[in-house]
Amino acid sequence: MPINYYIVLSVALFSIGIIGVLTRRNAIIIFMCVELMLNAANLLLVAFSKMHNLALGLNFPTLASDAQIFVFFIMVVAAAEVSVGLAIIVMIYRNIHSVDVNFLNRLKN
Amino acid sequence: MNAIILTAVWGIVMMFGGVFFKKKTTALYWAVAGLVLVLALNCYELVQPAWFLNKTEYRVLFNIDVKEMLHFNSFNLTFISIMLVCTLFYFLLNGRDIEKVGDSVSEYFALIFFVLCGVSIAATFNTLLTLFLGIEIMSIPLYILTGSDKRNLKSNEAALKYFLMGSFSTGIMLMGIAFVYGGNSNGSFFIDAINLGDGKIPPLVGVGLVFLLIAMAFKVSAAPFHFWTPDVYDGAPTVFTSFMATIVKAAGFIAFIRLFENAFGKVHLQWQALIAVITAATLLIGNITAVFQQSVKRMLAYSSIAQAGFMLLAIFAMNETAKEGLVLYAAAYSLATIGIFAILIKMNDYTIDGFNGLAKQQPVLAVTAAVFLLSLTGIPLTAGFQAKFFMLVAALKNGHQHWLVVFAVLCAAVSAYYYFKIIQAIFFKEGSDVAANDWDISNGFKILLIIVSMLIILLGLFPTLITEWLHY
Repeated sequence: MPINYYIVLSVALFSIGIIGVLTRRNAIIIFMCVELMLNAANLLLVAFSKMHNLALGLNFPTLASDAQIFVFFIMVVAAAEVSVGLAIIVMIYRNIHSVDVNFLNRLKN
Repeated sequence: MNAIILTAVWGIVMMFGGVFFKKKTTALYWAVAGLVLVLALNCYELVQPAWFLNKTEYRVLFNIDVKEMLHFNSFNLTFISIMLVCTLFYFLLNGRDIEKVGDSVSEYFALIFFVLCGVSIAATFNTLLTLFLGIEIMSIPLYILTGSDKRNLKSNEAALKYFLMGSFSTGIMLMGIAFVYGGNSNGSFFIDAINLGDGKIPPLVGVGLVFLLIAMAFKVSAAPFHFWTPDVYDGAPTVFTSFMATIVKAAGFIAFIRLFENAFGKVHLQWQALIAVITAATLLIGNITAVFQQSVKRMLAYSSIAQAGFMLLAIFAMNETAKEGLVLYAAAYSLATIGIFAILIKMNDYTIDGFNGLAKQQPVLAVTAAVFLLSLTGIPLTAGFQAKFFMLVAALKNGHQHWLVVFAVLCAAVSAYYYFKIIQAIFFKEGSDVAANDWDISNGFKILLIIVSMLIILLGLFPTLITEWLHY
C-alpha cells in the first residue's frame, strides 16, 4: 500500500484531534482529543518506519526499529501525562463539581 | 551526564525523604545540599585541566554509553551550570515561601529536581527522541507544581490550562517529528543527520519544520501562541511562577536554538522570515499589553513574553554571537526575574500601588528591586544591557531584515515605561499599604538579594565571565 494512504489517515486523525481541542468544552473530551493527536503521530511513525525499512533496509537492517521504539516512548510519556492530567481534572471536579472549561474564567480581567 | 543522573537521583531522594523529615525546613537543607552537589559535579565535568588532553571526553562519574543520543560540549555544560546557579539562588531566596504553599514541601523540591533533569536533557539532546523526552520531563512536573495550591480555584484553573495547552503542543511536536523523520531520505532521528541535501526542503520535512516551530513557540510562549502564559503565570503559586518564567523558559530557548541550528541550519534563509514575523509579534504584544496591567505579577508575565521576543532574536540571527548572547540573556533575565519575584512574594498587595513608599520602609529591598528592574529594561552597567546588546549585534551581523533591530529597540523603549512605573512607586510615592505589611524578612534574605544584584552589575561590566566559558 502506498505511504500516501497512511499519511492521509493520520492527518485526518490529527485534524479531528485539533478540531476537538479547539471546539469541545468538556475537559475530559479535550483530553481525549489530545490523545487522538498523539496516536495519529504514532501511526505515522510506524508507517514511515516500514517505508524507510523497505527503501534502505538491506543496508541498515536495524533502521526500522528506531521509530517503533520512539512509539513506545510516546506511549509511556502519554501514560504519565494521563496520570497527571486526570489528577488535575479530579482536583477541579472536587472544587467546582464540573469539568466544563467555560466555568474557568476567573483569571480573565 | 553528571547533572542528568544526579538530579534524577536526588529527586527520588527528596521524594522518599518526605516520609522521614520531621520538620519542614529539613527538606530545604537537603534540597540545597543536593543542588550544590549537582552544581559542583557539573562544573567538575565542564572544567578541563590542562593535562587532560583528550578534550572530546568529559570527566563523568557514570560512564554510560548513550549512543550519541546526548551530546555534551562546553556550551551545553556552561548553560546547565548557569541554570543550576540560578536554581540555587531561587532555593535560597524562596525556600521559606515554598514551605508556605502546602504540606508536601519535600515533594515540591523533588518535582523541581525532576524539572532540572529535563532541563539538562533539553540542553544536551542530539536526537529528536531525546528532545521530546527532555521537553516532557521538564513540563509534566510543572503541571503539578502549577496546581499545587489545591484549594485555590485560580491555581486549579491555571494547572488545567497549562496541562491542556502543554499536551496540545506536545501532540503538534510529535506530528512534526514524525513528518521530519518520514521526509528525510536516510530515516534518522539524529538532528545533525537530517539530510537536507543542496538546501532544498522536501515537502514532508517542510511540514514537520512548521509543526516543530509551532510547538517550540508554544513552549517558549512566543506570539501568537502566548495566550496561555499570562493566565498560567498569574494563577500559579508565585514561587513556582518565578521558577517557570526563568529556568524553564531559558531551557526551552536552548532546546529551540539547538534544534533549529543543527537540524535546519542549512536552510536558515528559508524559514528566517517566519521567525522574524513571530519575533516582531511577540515583542509588540508582550510590551504593549504589559503597559496596561495593574497587577505586578501579571505585568511580569507579559514582560516575560516581551523578553522572550528578545531571546527569539537569537534564533532569528543564528550565529556565534547569537548563541553567546542567548546564554548571557538567559543568565541576566533569570537572575533579575528571580530577584524581583522574591521581593514580590514578600508584598501583601500585588498591584503597583502596593509598592508605594517601599523605599522608606525597606531600603535594601527597594534598591535591589530597582537594580533588577533596570536590568530587565536594559540600562547600561547591568547584565540586561549587555544581553540585549549581544542580541542586537547578532541580528545585525546576520545581514537580513534590519527593520527587526530597529523595531526591537523601540519595543525596549516601551518596556522602560512599565518597569519605571514600579521604580517610581517605590521611590517617589507615599504609601500606607506597605506599612501594613508584616515583614517576614531575615538578614540572610537581604544579603542574598544584594549578592544577586551585585552579580547582575558584575555581568554588566564583564560579560566575558560567562561567554568565554562557551568556547573553553
